[in-house]
Amino acid sequence: MFDFAFALRILPKLADAAITSIWITLLSFVLALLLGVPLALLRRSRWPTVTRSTTAIVDFVRCTPLLVQLYFLYFALPGFGIRLSPLATGVIALSAHYGCYMSEVYRSGLEAIPRGQWDAAVALSLPRSQTYLSVILPQAITPIIPAAGNYLVHMFKETPLLSTISVVEMMFVSAEIGADSFRYLEPITLCGLLFLAMSITAAMLIRLGEAFYGLRWRRRWV
Amino acid sequence: MEALVEARWLFLSGVLVTLRVFVLAAVLAAALALALGLLRQSPNATVRRAATCWVEFFRGVSTVVQLFWLYFALPFLGISLSASTAAIIGLGLVHGAYGSEVVRGAMQSIEREQWEAATALGFSRRETLFSIILPQAVLRMLPPVGNSLVLLLKGTSIASIITVPELTFQSSLVVTRTLAVVPVFTSVLVLYYAIAMAVTGAIRLAEQRLGRWRPATLHIR
Repeated sequence: MFDFAFALRILPKLADAAITSIWITLLSFVLALLLGVPLALLRRSRWPTVTRSTTAIVDFVRCTPLLVQLYFLYFALPGFGIRLSPLATGVIALSAHYGCYMSEVYRSGLEAIPRGQWDAAVALSLPRSQTYLSVILPQAITPIIPAAGNYLVHMFKETPLLSTISVVEMMFVSAEIGADSFRYLEPITLCGLLFLAMSITAAMLIRLGEAFYGLRWRRRWV
Repeated sequence: MEALVEARWLFLSGVLVTLRVFVLAAVLAAALALALGLLRQSPNATVRRAATCWVEFFRGVSTVVQLFWLYFALPFLGISLSASTAAIIGLGLVHGAYGSEVVRGAMQSIEREQWEAATALGFSRRETLFSIILPQAVLRMLPPVGNSLVLLLKGTSIASIITVPELTFQSSLVVTRTLAVVPVFTSVLVLYYAIAMAVTGAIRLAEQRLGRWRPATLHIR
């Protein structure tokens, strides 16, 4: 049965690993946010070939499992002379996968802007950069936040996949403790509870951030 | 290329296992999603809260950890599941919780007037729910269900971690044996993509079939 003393003893190890999981998530999330921008812009490009091929790539990445993409990168990259640590490979796979999701989020945000806003910007002869920076983006960002936040939580819950390529994160450490002590119940249960606690906290923070950001922009407009 | 031809039976058996896990988990998830979606709108506050807690729990714990727990930790409590049963139950629980949001959203999108009209016509609450609201809600669920099914399909690859011999598992076996990394994983990705396209295509077809009557009703309005 569940051994609480043992659970307490392994908790610090798991907490250490949790920190790794968190920073892998944050780093990959920032990279995904950045990667999403060029992908979203390419999908709105003037040339149909560029639009179509970007759409095809994004759809392909979104419809195939992250785990296989991870294996692909991990085992194929050394063949092309690119040697990366498991951690770097994992971050690249996560950010590429979610970058494609983010490009969809950006696209839906941009498409939600009424045409009149673009027309008005043209009528006021704002330059293209200013149209984007001070008219379109401020309006597009607010509806994007909940979706982006959702993907942040999703991403965090997918970090245990990196344990398959021996990245030392929470799942890897729990499995290791299990294999060393022949007790799987405590480490894996703790790992699950830590995930639960952190994803609920993250969801709450995102809801707060949403409310805060929404308020700030509304106040500025009024 | 030779590696692919040689491993074609392994791939085929992997695809079949993937499809089996996918279909069974989808059935479990659909049943759970419907039940939870309905319970989350129950007039009884305790039932509502219990259903919400259930959903938050299974959404909050990572799928990988859940499958691992069912396969490696549950035996310590005296319950041993086979790898594929653990995968089907785990994926069904996680995606059932996700799906309940879809059910809830679709139910809430049905106009109040439908409830009011049913009450005016003397339908009981249960009759209204099952023969008036749900049939309309199911149609509105279909587009997001397509997305959810693709997520579930991608999730089945996680079953390889607990040794279910599905497509991802077989492909990594083939890779360790043949070292043909790029062709093997590329074809596996293409296979997953093809299954995903078939699933979304089927959903779109169902949408057209089930939605045939809709324009007429709109017209009457």
